[in-house]
Amino acid sequence: MHDTSRLIVIGGSWGGIQASMKILQALPADYSIPIVLVLHRLRNYEGNLQELYEKKLALKAVEIDDKAPLEAGHVYIAPANYHVLLEKDHTFSLDDSELENYSRPSIDVTFTSAADVFGKNTVGILLSGASKDGSSGLKYIFDQRGTAIVQHPGEAEISTMPLAAIQSTPGCSILNVERIQAYLLTLHGH
Amino acid sequence: MKPEQDDLFELEVEALIKEIHTAYGYDFSGYARASVYRRIKRFLGQKHLQSIGDLRKFLFTDSFFFENFLQEITVNVTEMFRDPTFYKSLRENVLPILSTYPFIKVWDAGCSTGEELFSLAILLEEEGLLGRTKIYATDINQKVLRQAKDGIFSATNMTAYTAAYYAAGGKRDFAEYYTSNYGSVKFNSSLVRNVVFYPHNLATDSSFNEFHLIVCRNVLIYFNRTLQERVYQLFDESLVSLGYLALGKKETLAMSDISNRYDFVDKNNRIYRKNS
Repeated sequence: MHDTSRLIVIGGSWGGIQASMKILQALPADYSIPIVLVLHRLRNYEGNLQELYEKKLALKAVEIDDKAPLEAGHVYIAPANYHVLLEKDHTFSLDDSELENYSRPSIDVTFTSAADVFGKNTVGILLSGASKDGSSGLKYIFDQRGTAIVQHPGEAEISTMPLAAIQSTPGCSILNVERIQAYLLTLHGH
Repeated sequence: MKPEQDDLFELEVEALIKEIHTAYGYDFSGYARASVYRRIKRFLGQKHLQSIGDLRKFLFTDSFFFENFLQEITVNVTEMFRDPTFYKSLRENVLPILSTYPFIKVWDAGCSTGEELFSLAILLEEEGLLGRTKIYATDINQKVLRQAKDGIFSATNMTAYTAAYYAAGGKRDFAEYYTSNYGSVKFNSSLVRNVVFYPHNLATDSSFNEFHLIVCRNVLIYFNRTLQERVYQLFDESLVSLGYLALGKKETLAMSDISNRYDFVDKNNRIYRKNS
């Protein structure tokens, strides 16, 4: 069953690749909810995250093209040097405006835009990172009555990002990678 | 699903877009909404305004304020040699073919403050083509066009630009191209001696010439699919047979009606060639 009325957005920085990889490896190829992944990387770094995920996941990993439509069974990776926005018709718009929190892509930008479109059907997951990007976006998701999840700071490779989010959104769920996997699987097919 | 105030904001934005069109002639109706909402919220924050209602008071009574608003809504963030592999590919895959023409016409559509324009001019200069190339540099925004003409950029980015220039296959000492002065650099005006600058609005204006190469990178991402299609048709009309179209790295013709008339020259860098 495909469910494009919901959206999962995952953000991370240092340590975020490993954590997100672990989480996404648990999901089947026909996972019913589209997933957007925003990871900080070096600007103009041309290394291929897409290939890395494609090799290890059952899900289809694609780097986001402007105006591409959301589909189930896909992990959409934010391209280097662009912010990623969501449109009401469930397509992506890319944006190359100013850095936010010294980052482009910025997690805050995508989390906020996702919650504007998907409201309470947004699941935001913030992982390991040495930045404060993502905490205001996660709070915004929470305020729109979406689901706000933060990787347990004790497990995160760098806890700055999870700790900042827990501070700004005390009502968020604090879960380790295994529990995040289990939670995402409960959403599958519902 | 969403709080009512957000829906109200969206309705107000739609009304504002209509009013701007009537008052100033700029048509934002085809702009990608996610981006418009974000730019307007950002502008409100910068100006310490609480609502669209507050914004309207200034927008329609103060044309300088409007100019400022226009600058913010139409994103003008740009850099020299952005995506060095793109410029390298242009140098290796496109310019050798263009060099077979006696006279080359290039359209830099949405040239903004000119960083891309000067990057292109440097490339053409190093390949010995600048003297017989005419570049049409256009933008919706007259203020950025004036900046592009001046070719003065902040010195703070020069380290990054220099690295990008060499990564793009730069053949000379990058510093040859500019002079530094109190925190800014001015690029040699000889680079733009064959450049025509003028205002052109991709959303409403039509084709004005025929080109061998159209460069329009990260401009159409701010448009919705309908307006993008209009612009792709406009580019198609404005390209000679076997002409080249260069888009941003994450922009695609795949969803466009013109896509079957274009082949990839470089898929990774989204350089297309008209096949008829």
